[in-house]
Order: sequence, then structure tokens, then C-alpha cells
Amino acid sequence: MQFVLLWTTGMDYWRKPLDIDRYKIPHGTIHIIKDRCKGCNFCIEFCSNKVLEVSDEFNAKGYHPPQVKDPAGCVACKLCELICPEFAIYVTEDKQETIPKEDPHEN
Amino acid sequence: MSRNDIHPMDKLIRADRMPHIWCSGCGLGTNFSCFLSALDQSGLDTDKCVIVSGIGCTGRIPGYTNIDSYHTTHGRAIPFATGLKLANPELTVTVFSGDGDLFAIGGNHFIHAARRNVDINIICVNNFNYGMTGGQYGPTTPLDAITTTSPYGNYEHPFNLVHVAAGSGAVFVARWTSLHVRRLTKSIKEALLKKGFTFIEIISPCPTSYGRRNKLGDGLEEMKYYQKNSVISHGIDPKDTDLDLNGKIVVGKFIDIDKPTFLDKQPDLLSMAEKNKK
Ligand SMILES: Cc1ncc(C[n+]2csc(CCOP(=O)(O)OP(=O)(O)O)c2C)c(N)n1
Ligand code: SF4
Ligand code: SF4
Ligand code: SF4
Ligand SMILES: [Mg+2]
Repeated sequence: MQFVLLWTTGMDYWRKPLDIDRYKIPHGTIHIIKDRCKGCNFCIEFCSNKVLEVSDEFNAKGYHPPQVKDPAGCVACKLCELICPEFAIYVTEDKQETIPKEDPHEN
Repeated sequence: MSRNDIHPMDKLIRADRMPHIWCSGCGLGTNFSCFLSALDQSGLDTDKCVIVSGIGCTGRIPGYTNIDSYHTTHGRAIPFATGLKLANPELTVTVFSGDGDLFAIGGNHFIHAARRNVDINIICVNNFNYGMTGGQYGPTTPLDAITTTSPYGNYEHPFNLVHVAAGSGAVFVARWTSLHVRRLTKSIKEALLKKGFTFIEIISPCPTSYGRRNKLGDGLEEMKYYQKNSVISHGIDPKDTDLDLNGKIVVGKFIDIDKPTFLDKQPDLLSMAEKNKK
């Protein structure tokens, strides 16, 4: 068996999906409302692409808000947005130039 | 505020009341976020949705929403919600309250609203204690758990809430933890759109009043514990989902059935009564 390692958004594939060229992996931009954060670290821990990290900075309440460690790694899954108890982080999906033209499974 | 500071959920929360009162690492904000996402995705007219709570940390949730909300007296969220639904059947009524509020002081209301299949949705945040009043044990506290009123370990047997709900007649019963944000959101959306008495239990970290005394670590540690110990078992008999202090947490959708609701027979009965008058 042949294993192909793809390095696209910081994700490792154990095999290359057959139709990978037809799909664009979404990309997101992360927005952090620093003064709302209470430093629970849920967003940092549960982002599966490990895009975020704790910053050294203090916010108005004395917590360390997250900061973006790997901006290219964000796939706009918005898990951080949903799990944040403080409505302090959200993600907007960037526009993609290519849309898959045909679906081979259609016929 | 710059454009960058407007969170997509700010349309459904009272943003001017942020930050909320909940502790760092508390699961309540996450549970609330999932509810708002579910409401947003449900396609329901938010002007026809109401949220009701009793008293407790969980009871603060309605105060942070932009939709119509009622923060009622301790244990009485379900009677208020029942009244709302009966007076105005076109409303989607959701009760969001704590384990103590709904199953200690409010326990009787719960079983009878479920028995009657009143068309309301109950979301119960189970943090295994009375969080707001300083961490006393309550009807969901696991055996041997340390609380302020059980310093040598709790010796009362707890309710298994999903089993109580199913046994009392709920038509939809699910349990998730605060970590299962997507599945929880999906279940809440299903419950909002389902007719009849629905029940969702959310196992949720309360690091300040409960976690600390039971050496469960901070909120993040508790979330990691859920990640390691949750077992998804859709359709399993709720009697086989008991929880204990350090064991596995069975989660999933356990019940999804249909039967006539409390209001379904009303039009027939009314016309019979009208005929009798003549
Ligand atoms: C009639 C009445 N009795 C007692 C209280 C005190 N009290 C306030 S909140 C609460 C328990 C809350 O526990 P729970 O419903 O589990 O909510 P949590 O804070 O854990 O989210 C109690 C006993 C009260 N407010 N009113
Ligand atoms: S959107 Fe997903 S990938 Fe991007 S930072 Fe949030 S959790 Fe990570
Ligand atoms: S989840 Fe929210 S409150 Fe917690 S660390 Fe991340 S941004 Fe801060
Ligand atoms: S006491 Fe517990 S339930 Fe209440 S806000 Fe703090 S962590 Fe949450
Ligand atoms: Mg409680």
C-alpha cells in the first residue's frame, strides 16, 4: 500500500483521497474579541488543527486571550466559535476561486 | 466597537450584558451558544419562541437572550411554560434550567408535564450540584461525591434524569455533554421542531462549586474527561445510562416517538362542550 502525505493546510492524510483535486479545503479568518475572553482555553484545546495558542497579553479582566499561531491552518469549521462560552471568537470563511464542476457520483 | 467586534450571535444575545456572570471554565456559556445556534438553524420565527427558566446559574440564561424570556421562581419554570403554551399554542416554548431547579423543588412539575405530553422543550443543565448557592448536593449528585453539604461523601442515590424523563412519558430524550457542541446543537434543533414534551440533559462542568471539591480539575480538565469517557449509544434503554462520579458517560438520542399532545384533544372536547350547551 502506498501512503501519500499531503501538506496543504497543516493536515496529514494517511492516504490521498481519490477526488482531492475536485475539492477546495475551506479557509477561515479568525476574529477574537479579546475583552470578552475568560481564558478557559476550550478553543485552543479543541481546535483539531491546533491553530490557536495562549497569548502573553492580558485583557481588561486579566485573562490571556488566545492568539492565532497558524493562520493557514484554519479550515473554517467554526468549532471554536460554537464552543466558546463567551462569544469571544468567531470565524469568517474566505471566498474560494474554484468550485468543483462535476460530481463523478452523480450518474 | 469595530466591525471586527460583532459576533454572529450578537443578534440573539443581549450583547450589552456581556460578560455574563458565569465562571471561567463553566459549561453554561457553551450550552447557551449551542442553543442559540440551534434556534438560528431551526428556521423558526424567533418572535414566536420563548425561553423560560427557574433559579440558579443555569436560570440566568434567559436574561442573556434577545428573544422573549421569563426568569421565574425557583422550581416553577415548567408551570409558567405550560401556561404560556396553553394560552398561546403557536409559541415554541423552551425551558432551560438546572438539575436542582427542575428535579428537586420542581420535580413534580416535571413528571406531570411529561406525563401529559405538554408540547414544551426542556433543556436541563446537569452540573451535579446547586452551583449558584455554593455547591450543595442535590438529586443528581453521584454517590460518594463531596459537596458542601456532604463533606464525607454523598450517600443519597441520584436520579438518572434521562430515565426519569423516559419513564414519565417524554417523546424525545437525549443526553450530551458541553463538549458535544455539534451533536448537542443538532438535538436541540430537533427538539425545537418536534411536537410534544422533549427532554435534553447536558452534562456540564461547574469547576467552581463541584469540580474543585471532587478533584476534577478546572473546566478544561472536565471537558477532556468528557472527551475520554463519553460513549455514544443512540437508542439504548435509558435505564442502562446511570452516571457515577468517575465513570463512563453514555450519551446519544435515546427516545424519539410520537403520541398525542396535551392540546391535541382540545378542539374536539370544546365542540362537544358547545353542543351540550344547546
Ligand atoms: C424557593 C427557593 N428555595 C431556595 C432557593 C435557593 N436556591 C437558589 S438557586 C438554587 C439551586 C440551583 O441549583 P440548580 O438548579 O442545579 O442550578 P445551578 O446553579 O447548578 O445551575 C437554590 C436552592 C431559592 N432561590 N428559592
Ligand atoms: S474554525 Fe476550526 S480550524 Fe479554524 S481556528 Fe476555529 S476550530 Fe480551528
Ligand atoms: S473559548 Fe472563548 S473564552 Fe475560552 S479561551 Fe477561547 S476565546 Fe477565550
Ligand atoms: S458556580 Fe458553577 S455553574 Fe455557577 S457559574 Fe460558576 S462554574 Fe458555572
Ligand atoms: Mg445544578
